[in-house]
Amino acid sequence: MRSLLVALAATTCLVSVANAATVYPLDRATILAGSPFDLKVEFDTVVAPADVTVTINGEPAEKVLGKSVEFVEKEEGADASAVLVRAVRIASPGSYTVEAKAGAETRTVVWDVYATPATPKAKNVIFFLGDGLSVAHRTGARLMSKGMHEGKADGRLNMDDIPPAAFIGTSATNAIATDSANTMSAYMTGHKTAVNAIGVYADRTKDPFDDPRVENIAEALRRTTKKSIGIVAKSEVEDATPAAVVAHTRLRARKAEIVGDLFDIKPEVLLGGGSAYFLPKATPGSKRKDEKDYVQMFRDAGYTLATSKDELATAAGTNSGKILGLFHTGNMDAELDRQFLKKGTVSKFPNQPGLVDMTKVAIDELAKNPEGFFLMVEGSSIDKMSHPMDWDRALVDTIEFDQAIGIAVDFAKTHPDTLIVVTGDHTHGVSIIGTVDDDKPGTEMREKVGTYADAGFPNYEDKDGDGYPDRIDVSRRLMLFSNNFPDYYETFRPKLDGPFEPAVKNEKGEYVANEQYKDVPGAVLRIGNIPRDGDTAVHAVDDVVLQVTGPGGDGFRGYMEQSDVYRALVDAMALAPKQN
Amino acid sequence: MAQKRARHALSRRHLLQAAAGLCAGSCLMTSRAAYAATLLDFDELYGTVGVLGLTFSDKVKALNGHEVAMRGFMAPPLKAEADFFVLTEIPMSLCPFCSSDADWPDNIVVIRLNRAQTFEQANALIEVEGTLEVGSWTDPATGFVSLLRIVGASFRAA
Repeated sequence: MRSLLVALAATTCLVSVANAATVYPLDRATILAGSPFDLKVEFDTVVAPADVTVTINGEPAEKVLGKSVEFVEKEEGADASAVLVRAVRIASPGSYTVEAKAGAETRTVVWDVYATPATPKAKNVIFFLGDGLSVAHRTGARLMSKGMHEGKADGRLNMDDIPPAAFIGTSATNAIATDSANTMSAYMTGHKTAVNAIGVYADRTKDPFDDPRVENIAEALRRTTKKSIGIVAKSEVEDATPAAVVAHTRLRARKAEIVGDLFDIKPEVLLGGGSAYFLPKATPGSKRKDEKDYVQMFRDAGYTLATSKDELATAAGTNSGKILGLFHTGNMDAELDRQFLKKGTVSKFPNQPGLVDMTKVAIDELAKNPEGFFLMVEGSSIDKMSHPMDWDRALVDTIEFDQAIGIAVDFAKTHPDTLIVVTGDHTHGVSIIGTVDDDKPGTEMREKVGTYADAGFPNYEDKDGDGYPDRIDVSRRLMLFSNNFPDYYETFRPKLDGPFEPAVKNEKGEYVANEQYKDVPGAVLRIGNIPRDGDTAVHAVDDVVLQVTGPGGDGFRGYMEQSDVYRALVDAMALAPKQN
Repeated sequence: MAQKRARHALSRRHLLQAAAGLCAGSCLMTSRAAYAATLLDFDELYGTVGVLGLTFSDKVKALNGHEVAMRGFMAPPLKAEADFFVLTEIPMSLCPFCSSDADWPDNIVVIRLNRAQTFEQANALIEVEGTLEVGSWTDPATGFVSLLRIVGASFRAA
């Protein structure tokens, strides 16, 4: 018995050691043929260089990659060795088995290197990313914008006429749950990564800029085409989603450096918020820690600068071919505030363009390039308003996002060589369960919530025909709930004084209900169901819907990981044509 | 620092005398309000706010180096006990995935306390008093860059 136990222990031990090393790119990575990436092996212990072998399909890695491999005996912050080789490429498509060995530690991973068709199907690609866009947001936007009677919608959103093509799994390499950085990075590189990471695999060292890199779509376009690149967002342009088009960092919060990545790629059109990271630190309002003046640097690089809706219109009329539009020091305001309530930060930045204005200018400008373009448009505030459960702002922003899609759909009518993709990067745990009707009797707001047959239909009106409800504080309105929340006061009412702040931190570092809403008539305290260090509702792990129209659209089908979407995009544009 | 303290004390004494003079007449204000430092509102901080930067208001420029009082909320502090925090106009929470911890809105002022202390419930309005300091300064411990600070400060429930 005793000898059996010893034998078992030895076997168990061997099994765990045998799987100890980590290889980046990870097992089952899909890699665009010819695209540069970093190969890194992290061993679990300090190993001797003479004991290390890294082979690819049985041949030394150096020989296959044409580059010598660097050995790091002890990585910073880890009592362990690593091997690293930067910016390697594999030109021939196929299956590649990578085996790393050092003494008892071994790790085998398989990569799928893929090429694309020889000829492109699409000249232009417009990628619409509704941040956090969930099914309830679409349903709510339709009900709010178009109305309904006798159970049938009184109109259709633009996105209602783009066929749903795939369900997208959005999980990260380190969790089933995800964030915008990780998922947009997967869309824009073809490689999954960890929460908070962009354009890199997340390694074990602390430095957020030394992680193994993969090529992103902007770099691939610059390397293989003469297409123009456009980025449009209502968030800061260096926020996770727009950043993932161009950047490489383990930490999405490193926004000052991400502006440097934007400058390196120089998208022909770059529109959004976030000027604070473009200004030198001596300028009040700057969030940089150095004196770099990126506004001036972009100007010197030939960009026309726009800082307001009017200046954007003027810039659109110039022939510089390059527009930098920065309309806010931080995130631009949600559409409900920008167009209607004038709350949030609209008094400070009263002349911000909307997503529709920005999308129109971007498409007009980019379409001047006979080689075509890639444009990414983010409906940023859908997520930014869903976190604090400000459903009215989230839905009005979904309507705005849909109107921006309408601009692209119109463009595609005269430019049928345009592929339009509409998707989200993750969902929120949000559902519409009926209406809340102020005219129901009593003072308790929960008794005014109508479910099933008591829900009836909401009474929003759009008399001016702009697609937005004339008022959101109607007497019978949509009732949305998040299935997860911190402690907060549920008011059952739109937040007319400014975006909702459900919870604030106390002295113990816990988020507690924001007492500002305590005295709203009918407000009730809801005790949270997520940990107390969570300040707002969180992303859901549920699949995202992807819709597509245009040439190359047949590459999107069924269930796809978000990393698979990249392959369909580069296939449509033929970024790695098969060699004959 | 010692010099600053002395100046602070002197200006305080002058204010007290002035307040005493004022109160010699019919004075309905409480004595505390009477000798309080100049009250500064969040919407008085900047003269112009724009995409290409902000400029400080004339009031802020004039009050540089003087005693001020501001009302606001304590942003979630970095640790339970410290000698500084950030005063915000509205109660603030930070969402780790919709914005990063590097993000602060424009309507904030950094508060450096006269002593390290344990923070209290941030969910309530507080009043901070101290000396206004204008200009770029990088905290050597945290690397936090601030352009507007109240130093030698104390705070209480408002």
